[in-house]
Formats: sequence, C-alpha cells, structure tokens
Amino acid sequence: MDWKVFLEQAPSGGMTYLGWLASGTMWTLLVSIFAWVIAFSLGSVLGVVRTTPLKIPRAIATAYVEVFRNIPLLVQMFLWYFVMPELVPERLGNWLKQDLPNLVDLPFAQFSMWEFTAAVLCLGLYTASRVAEQVRAGIMSLPRGQTNAGLAMGYTLPQVYRYVLLPMAYRLIIPPMTSEFLTIFKNSSTALTIGVIELTAQSRQISEYTFKTFEAFTAATLIYIVITLTVIYSMRWLEGRLAVPGYISQAGGGH
Amino acid sequence: MDFDWSVIAKNKAVLWDGMKLSLQLFGIALAGGIVFGTLLAMARLSRFKVLSIPATGFVNLIRSIPFIMAIFWFYFLTPVLMQKLTGQQGEAVGPFTSAIVAFIMVESAYYSEIIRAGIQSIPRGQPWAAYALGMNYWQAMGTVVLPQAFRNMLPIMLTQAVILFQDTSLVYVVGLKDFLGAASKAGQLSGRIVELYIFVAFVYFVICFGASWGVKKLNERISIVR
Repeated sequence: MDWKVFLEQAPSGGMTYLGWLASGTMWTLLVSIFAWVIAFSLGSVLGVVRTTPLKIPRAIATAYVEVFRNIPLLVQMFLWYFVMPELVPERLGNWLKQDLPNLVDLPFAQFSMWEFTAAVLCLGLYTASRVAEQVRAGIMSLPRGQTNAGLAMGYTLPQVYRYVLLPMAYRLIIPPMTSEFLTIFKNSSTALTIGVIELTAQSRQISEYTFKTFEAFTAATLIYIVITLTVIYSMRWLEGRLAVPGYISQAGGGH
Repeated sequence: MDFDWSVIAKNKAVLWDGMKLSLQLFGIALAGGIVFGTLLAMARLSRFKVLSIPATGFVNLIRSIPFIMAIFWFYFLTPVLMQKLTGQQGEAVGPFTSAIVAFIMVESAYYSEIIRAGIQSIPRGQPWAAYALGMNYWQAMGTVVLPQAFRNMLPIMLTQAVILFQDTSLVYVVGLKDFLGAASKAGQLSGRIVELYIFVAFVYFVICFGASWGVKKLNERISIVR
C-alpha cells in the first residue's frame, strides 16, 4: 500500500491527487446541496398539496410522484442531459448545449455548467418525489383533531397549515428527511455518467492514472463515511433542539 | 425535431437481450440478497460479538457509500479475491460475475436491515417458547421466527425489489449491456438516442408502476386478513 500517492502531482489541474479528491468532494457537495434545495422546496409543495382537499392539484402531485419514482434515476439523468435539449424549442436547446456550458467557468472542474445543471435538475426533481412522500406522511401522522381544532378557532385552511400542521410535521420528519438528504448525497454519484467529475468519478480517475485502486477507493469511501456521520450527528442535535416537549420522546426515537 | 420510432423495432433483438440481462441480474441479486441478507441480519442480532460486530460494520459501510462506488469496489476486488481463493493466476473474471457479486453484496446489506426489523417485530416470547419445546437455534429461527417475520416484511421486501430492479440499470457504469446499456449502444449507432431513451423510460415506468401497484393491492389484502 502506498498512501504517499496522494501527494504526487496530478496530470491536470495543477494540483496533487489529494487536490483531485478535494475537488471531487466539493462537486459532490455542490451537486447535493443545490439539488436538495429543489427537492426540499418542490417536495414540500407537492407533499402539502397531496394532503389538501384540492382535487386537480392533488391529482397532478400524485402523478408527479408516480412518474418520478418509477423510472430509474440513471435513465432520468440521460433524459435530462441527452433528450431534453432535443425536445425543447430549438433555440433553447442550442442555448443549453452551446452557450450554457461557457456561461460560467467552473473552478477545478473538467466539465461544464450544462453537465452540472442537468445533474442538479435531475437529482432535485427525482428526490422531490421522495420528499413529497415524507412530507405527506408527516402531515398525515398528525391527529385529525388538530386540523379541526384549527378550523374551529377560526383559522383558514392555509393558516391551519402555516400555524398548526407544518410546524409539527416538519419536526416529526427530521429523521426521514435526513436520510433523504443522505440519499441525494449518495445518488449524486450517478452524475458521473453524464461527465460530472464528483468524488466517485475522481477516485476512479486517480486509480486509472496511478493504478493505486485500493488507496483511491479507500480515500473516497472514508470521505463519504465522514460526511454521512457528520450529517447524521448534526441532524440528531438539531432534532433534540427542536423537539416538541412531550410529543417527540427522544432524538431518533420518532413519536 | 422529428421522431423516427422505427429504430425501436429495428433494434428489437438487441433491446430484448439487454432486458434479459437486466432480468437475470435482478433475479440473481434478489435471491442472493435475501439469502445473504437473512444471514447478515441473524449475525447482527447474534449475541456473539465476533458475528455481530463485523456484520454491523459491513452493513453500515455499504449503506453509507453510493451504489456506484460499491459496484466499483467489487468490480475491483472480485477478480483479486477470486485469484486468492482459487490460487490460479490470470483466471479472468468476467464483468457480469463481478457485477453479480457487487449487486448481491449491496442488496444483502439493504435487505438485512429490512429482515432485521422483521425479526425484531416477532415477540421475544416466541423463540423462548420454541427453545422451551427443545428446539435449537436453527429450528427456532427456521420454523417459528423467520416464517412469521417474512410474512410481516413481504410488502417492504417487494417494494425494495422494485427499487432493486431500477438499480440494475447502474451496471451501465461498468459497460455491461443491460436494457439501458443496450439502448444506449443502439442509440449511438443509429443516431436516434432520443427515441431510444424515451422508450427505455417508458418501459421501466410501465414495469415499475405496475409492480408498485400490485404491491399496494397485495398490501391492502394482507392488512385486511390481519
């Protein structure tokens, strides 16, 4: 075993192989965080809509969840990257393929803005369908009396959601939301199929250049584990801070 | 753009071969994942630390890295380990074998968590009663605990099977021609990648939506029985 390999100069980027790992980690985190913003906001809207009495929006939200849940993530990745630019009006398609890549010069990247955008969009919209299910489950787990009590107090339905249901539901779903974030974090590696050189791709690239496969994969695996553990422990801390006294018995224990 | 859907009929045989590979991988990974997953779950719940600690470590390790990373790991390790085991040099391990090992290992980690929850859902008194009747560990597990646990877990295990079927598309990363890989290859050759990817998405959707719907119906029937 030869761990000093990471201090050697890498063939591109003007940095060591350790720098490649750092760049991979950065892109894994950037893809995950941007995608999470989409997943969390859209997923929240869809999840809430599915619990309301509005018939047509509810049907749309249900259809969304079914479509995005039943197509493999990798296939969705290809749909966004290869197929979408061909289906939109030609001018937009050309802009996506030709101008967007040069719009911003990404730091430490061997890929363009278009690969990054497609990956973020794909992961975000895919995970939104999963987040929607968690949000819906969180709201449905609250006793029906809470909605009725809110309405009896003279709240409108939006107010019931804003002041009664959502503050409770979001606290309850912190554990499943944490695992959804970790899912997005792990799934971000599928972005390597469309050319985003994130952590997994970077470790494979290092192994191809140096033939130190074991060392390269071990390093990437350790980084994944450290980030996963950091997320789990910070969310447990947050859950403890936000617990509703007497409702959520203990951190990680659910209700 | 104008579509040319005839490209799908032209590549019928290639796509079907790809689907067969996907189904093969799915079947083997499912069976292997459940068998090894059960053993892993039993090891995790064992009172012997030599069994429970490595099993817990393995499951947590696999679950905290991306599926693709795990595929890369086993793709790299399988030939090395096979060589060590058989002692033969230069024995070529095909990509399909490596992919199967990777999928069984990853799925057994995922299934072991489901099965562990299933085993823990059976009241403690049941294995104790079985021991009191003179059964040994394997008899108590095999005839009392596991049959009930599997019945409780059936809906979740089937849902996980649908996810596993979707995950088989990830073998694309090691260049195997599964359904997606075959479509991708055919798309590159014919220049009709758009039609082929839309077709692939549609087929996966029909299969997975149908299966999920079936699982839901089954779930409703089982819950009425109880």
